[in-house]
Amino acid sequence: MAEYKLMKGNEVIAEAAIRCGCDAYFGYPITPQSEILETLTLRQPWLETGMVVLQAESEVAAINMVYGGAACGKKVMTSSSSPGISLKQEGITYLAGAELPCLVVNVVRGGPGLGTIQPAQSDYFQSVKGGGHGDYKLIVLAPASVQEMNDFVDLGFELAFKYRNPALILSDGVIGQMMEKVKLSPVKPRWTNEEVIKLNGSWATTGKTADRPRNVATSLELDSARQEQFNHKLQAKYKEIQEKEVRFEKIACDDAEYLFVAYGSSSRICQKAIDLAREKGIKVGLLRPITLFPYPTKAIQEMAEKVKGILAVEMSAGQMVEDVRLAVNGKVKVEHFGRFGGMIPSPNEVVKALEDLIIKG
Amino acid sequence: MSDIKDIIKDENLVYKKTKVLTDNVMHYCPGCSHGVVHKLVAEVIEEMGIQEKTIGISPVGCSVLAYNYLDIDWQEAAHGRAPALATAVNRLHPEKYVFTYQGDGDLASIGTAEIMHACNRGENIVVIFINNAIYGMTGGQMAPTTLEGMKTATSPYGRDIKLNGHPLIITELIAQLPGTSYVTRQAVHTPAAVRKCKKAIRKAFENIGQKKGTSFVEVVSTCNSGWKLSPVKSNEWMVENMFPVYKPGDLKDE
Amino acid sequence: MTEEIIIAGFGGQGVLSMGKILAYSGIMQDQEVAWMPSYGPEMRGGTANVTVILSDNRISSPVLQEFDTVIILNQQSMDKFEKAVKPGGVLIYDPNGIVRHPKRKDITIYKVEAAEEATRMQSAKTFNMIVLGAYLKVRPIVKMENVIKGLEKSLPERHHHLIPLNKQAIDRGMEIVKEA
Ligand SMILES: Cc1ncc(C[n+]2csc(CCOP(=O)(O)OP(=O)(O)O)c2C)c(N)n1
Repeated sequence: MAEYKLMKGNEVIAEAAIRCGCDAYFGYPITPQSEILETLTLRQPWLETGMVVLQAESEVAAINMVYGGAACGKKVMTSSSSPGISLKQEGITYLAGAELPCLVVNVVRGGPGLGTIQPAQSDYFQSVKGGGHGDYKLIVLAPASVQEMNDFVDLGFELAFKYRNPALILSDGVIGQMMEKVKLSPVKPRWTNEEVIKLNGSWATTGKTADRPRNVATSLELDSARQEQFNHKLQAKYKEIQEKEVRFEKIACDDAEYLFVAYGSSSRICQKAIDLAREKGIKVGLLRPITLFPYPTKAIQEMAEKVKGILAVEMSAGQMVEDVRLAVNGKVKVEHFGRFGGMIPSPNEVVKALEDLIIKG
Repeated sequence: MSDIKDIIKDENLVYKKTKVLTDNVMHYCPGCSHGVVHKLVAEVIEEMGIQEKTIGISPVGCSVLAYNYLDIDWQEAAHGRAPALATAVNRLHPEKYVFTYQGDGDLASIGTAEIMHACNRGENIVVIFINNAIYGMTGGQMAPTTLEGMKTATSPYGRDIKLNGHPLIITELIAQLPGTSYVTRQAVHTPAAVRKCKKAIRKAFENIGQKKGTSFVEVVSTCNSGWKLSPVKSNEWMVENMFPVYKPGDLKDE
Repeated sequence: MTEEIIIAGFGGQGVLSMGKILAYSGIMQDQEVAWMPSYGPEMRGGTANVTVILSDNRISSPVLQEFDTVIILNQQSMDKFEKAVKPGGVLIYDPNGIVRHPKRKDITIYKVEAAEEATRMQSAKTFNMIVLGAYLKVRPIVKMENVIKGLEKSLPERHHHLIPLNKQAIDRGMEIVKEA
C-alpha cells in the first residue's frame, strides 16, 4: 500500500520519464501541462540520473532539440498543449521522415487558435491523420487515468524504439490536472553510451567508427523513385504496427445492446454513464481505444455485429466518430455526442444523448 | 449640503479617465504594471487624436486581453508573432499608427526572430515591451529576462546561468539595429517615472507620424503574483535588482 | 462504498489541500481516489473548487454533475452547487458571508462556523481543517488515524510540526458542526 502515491497526471509524466531512463526533456510552458517542466526542474534529475532538462525558447526549438537528441539514439521527449503541439508539427514530420524514435506528450486544450485552457479532445485528427505534411503516422496512446500516464511513458518509448517512429501520448486537461492513486514504475537506469551504440548504432549519430558506414539522420531523398521506395517501407511499418500493436479495453460489453466508443477522459465519463443507464435498464457497454493509431477497427467491427447502435463520445465536434463509422461500415447506426471548446459532458448528458440519438432516434 | 450635480461640474474636474480606456474591469492582479501602461498608451492615443488611426497588436501573455481595455481596433497574434502581424498592417496601412504590446516571454523568447527582423527592417511601428522577468499568464515560469538566482516555477532553486544561460538583455541588441530610431527603457513605479514613461510613449507614437522606423519602449515592470511579493515590495525589489541589469534611460534617439 | 464530494469556495481558503488530505486518507485505507480541481489563470480571489471521489471500486468519471456531499464556502459556490446535491445527500456550509441560505428540503443541511472558529483559534490556516472536521463528523467515511496519515503524506516535512494544530482544528470542526 505504501508504494501508492497521490499525484497529478502531469507530475506523473515527469516522474515516469526520470524512472524509465529518459535522457532528455525539452519543453516550453503552456497551460494545462506546465507542471511537467515544473516537476522536472524541481526534481533536478540531472543530479540523479544525468537526464537533461531544458526550457527551450519555443516549442519549435524544443521539438528540434528532440530531433537532435533522438538522432543520437537517446531517449528524448517533449510535451506541450494544443497550440504548442501545432508548432511542433514541422519537427514531428521531420522526425517521422528520418525514422527517429521519440516521445511527444499533448495535454489537449480547446481550440481552434488560442482557444481555451480547459480540457478538450479536438486534436484527434491532428494526432492520427498526420498533423504535418507527408504520408506518416505516429503511434498514439490515449491514457484514461493517472496510472496510465505513468505506464504509457515507458510503453511509448518502447514502441518508438521498436519501430523507430515518434510516439505520442494524447492526454487532456482532465487527466493532466487530476490527482489519482498511482503506482510508479520501478527505476531503470539510462542507457550507457555503449548500450546506445549496441542498440541503435546502426542508425544513430554516435560518431563514425572505422567498422561502419556513416550514419546520417535525414528525411531528404531527391530521387523520386527512391523516395517512393522509402514511403513503401514506411507504409509496411505502419501496417505491421496496425497488426501487432492494437490495444483497447472493453467494459460491460458481454450483454450490451448498445455501445459507447470513447477514449481518454471521455471514456471515464462513459463508465459512469454506463452505471446510470443500466440503472434505467439500458444495457450499454464501452469500447475504449487505448491506441488511437493503430486503431481498434476490428474490435469495433465485431461489436457492430452484436449491438443495435453505437455512440462515439468525444470532447470534440466529431473527429474519432469518423473512424468508428469506417469500422462499422453502415452495419448499425453510429452517432456522435460531444461537448467542446473546453466544456466537459456530464454522465447524465451522455445517457440522454444515447437515448435521444441512438435508442429513440 | 451641496448637491452632487454641483460637485461634478466640469470646472471642478481634476482627473478624468481617458475615453480610449473602456469601462471593462481589468483582469490584472492588483499592483500589476500592465494596467498603468495601458492607461498611458490610451492617454497618448487620445491626446494625439489618433484613436481612429491606431491599430494594436496584442500578444499571448497576461496582456492577451488588452483588446478589452483600449477602445481601438486590435489584432490578437499567436505567441511571439505580433511583430509579423504589425509588419503586414504597417505595409498595407502605411498611414496608420501600428503598435505591438508584448511581454518578455512573447518578445524575447518565442518571438525573438520576429522582433529582430521587424526592427531590422525598420517597420514604422511602436513596440511596447513589458519586461517583468517572468511568465505571468502561465503561473510564474522562468522568462528569458529572469535574473540570475531568481526563483520561478521552472527555476525553483534560482536561475542557474550554467543551466539556463544569461538574462537576455534584448533591448541593447535591438538598439544596434539600424532600423530602430528610438529605443528607451522606462518604468512605472513612481509618479515621476509614470510621467517620464508617458513622454517616451508619446515620442514613440509621434515617430510613426514622422516615418522614423521602429520605436521601441521597454517598460521594466513588476509581477507581484509571480514574484510572490506585495506590490510595494515588488517595486522595491525591481529598483534594487532589475534596474542594475536593465538600466533605465534612452539607448538611442535619432 | 463510493462517496462523491465537491468542495467549493475562494482560492486561498485551502479548498484544494483539504481535498488532497481527504484523498490521501482514502489511499491510506486502501480505497480508490480521484481529485479533480478547477484550474485557470491565477486570478487573485477567484473561485476554486475540487471534486474528490473515494470508492472501494474503480472510479469512473472524475467530472460529475451531482454529488453525495457538497461543501460550500462562499456565496458564488452556493448559487452554483446547492442544486448539485443528490436527493437525500448532504450540504455543509460556512454561513460566513452567505446572504442566500440553502432552501432545499430533500437534503440534510449542516452549518459550520469555520471562519469564526479559525479567528478564535488565531490561525486562519486552520479554516479548511475545521471544515474537514465538520465533514468527517457528518460523513465518517475515513478513520481519524488515516486522516492523520493523510496529513503526514500531503504536508511537506517542514510543516509536520503543524499536524497537532490541524488535528485540534479537525476536532473543533467536529464539535461545532450542527444541523441547520
Ligand atoms: C505557442 C504557445 N506556447 C505557449 C503558450 C502559453 N503561454 C501563454 S502566455 C505565455 C508567456 C507569457 O509571458 P510573458 O510574455 O512574459 O507575458 P506576461 O504574462 O508576463 O505579461 C505562455 C508561454 C501559448 N499560449 N502558445
